[in-house]
Amino acid sequence: MSASYALLGILGQQPTYGYDLKRDYDFLYGKDKPLAFGQVYATLSRLLRDKKIATKTIEKSYGPERKLYAITRFGRKDLETWLSTPEKLHPNTQTVLFIKVVTSILLDKKPNLYLDAQRSAHIARMRELTEVRRNSDLAHSLQADYALFHLEADLRWIDLTEARLQTLKQEILSER
Amino acid sequence: MNANGYILRAIDIKKDFGMTPALQGASLDVRNGEVLAIMGPSGSGKSTLLHCLAGIFKPDGGEVWFDGKRLDKLGEEDRTRLRRQSFGFVFQFGQLVPELTAEDNIALPLLLNKTSRSEAYKMARSWFKKLGIDGLEKHRAGEMSGGQAQRVALARALITQPKVLFADEPTGSLDSLASEQVMELLVDLAHEQGSTVVLVTHDPRIAAYAEREVMVRDGKVSSVQRKAGVVN
Repeated sequence: MSASYALLGILGQQPTYGYDLKRDYDFLYGKDKPLAFGQVYATLSRLLRDKKIATKTIEKSYGPERKLYAITRFGRKDLETWLSTPEKLHPNTQTVLFIKVVTSILLDKKPNLYLDAQRSAHIARMRELTEVRRNSDLAHSLQADYALFHLEADLRWIDLTEARLQTLKQEILSER
Repeated sequence: MNANGYILRAIDIKKDFGMTPALQGASLDVRNGEVLAIMGPSGSGKSTLLHCLAGIFKPDGGEVWFDGKRLDKLGEEDRTRLRRQSFGFVFQFGQLVPELTAEDNIALPLLLNKTSRSEAYKMARSWFKKLGIDGLEKHRAGEMSGGQAQRVALARALITQPKVLFADEPTGSLDSLASEQVMELLVDLAHEQGSTVVLVTHDPRIAAYAEREVMVRDGKVSSVQRKAGVVN
């Protein structure tokens, strides 16, 4: 869904060929995970089907014909609605992290060791992202920031959970 | 620095404040030139550990080694001299001398180390441009933003080219953007000068500027598993 709107947004700026669309997408969003050509054209097909974009075939004096993709009025309206609609928040009551903590309590393991390892892995990833943001242009630096803040939120949860492990253990074991 | 490349070592150190134990056998090695983050919850003992490593507190038990010498065996006067000559400090609120201007504050450690006044001020003024605060030379602490004051504090800590820079929650009073700017300067300038950095923080974003982190819990340094999924 996001890739579809990301492509639509690029087309909202100006009509673009498929190849250039992929290049622009990779520059803006796909530094670490470029979009495959197959995914670009599959997404364009869906956008064409939904009448959010239209094509114009450009004849060339040499080489094959090329398709120029452009956003339609309907596509622009849809894009603007998407932009102005807040994303739904994901309730994190059943995250993998939480399930691992509870499972280690059920198996009488030490959940704090698991949380320590997870914290270390998170900080290692934050270190990589910090390096990325220090050596990138602002657009890529802000993407790294986004990931950093999410990791930080996880870490705050890890710290809080660790501080409450004893109570959690008592609650879980007494209710079973 | 000892043969293992450690510039600082704490071996099984203990420190009580009255009836309250703050450190209960904390051990830590700090490699020469590294940036190390000490993390841990409030009251875990992380700041006390930093103060013991820096010779500000004398531990009640255990050993602290700096550059191959027993730091905990030194008297107050020798530790003060060592701190002035070999260590730099940045704390949460900068702790600039409020009556002095920014350049006075930066020149202060050099003046205390008997550098001539003209040389101390020449060196102090050379820091303003690289910290992005030129024009603030004559400003006092109250006339600067938190981020600007913390940059001045950073210059004051580094102007003596310390072997170790100790930073206790150096960005604790700053917003996200100012925190990042101060941390980038801190890490870059410390590397430039070859200073080792020991950084206490509860903030993982700040710890991510370090090359390594340790956790302090209940007065002890806990070993951190490096790979997720290896715990039992």
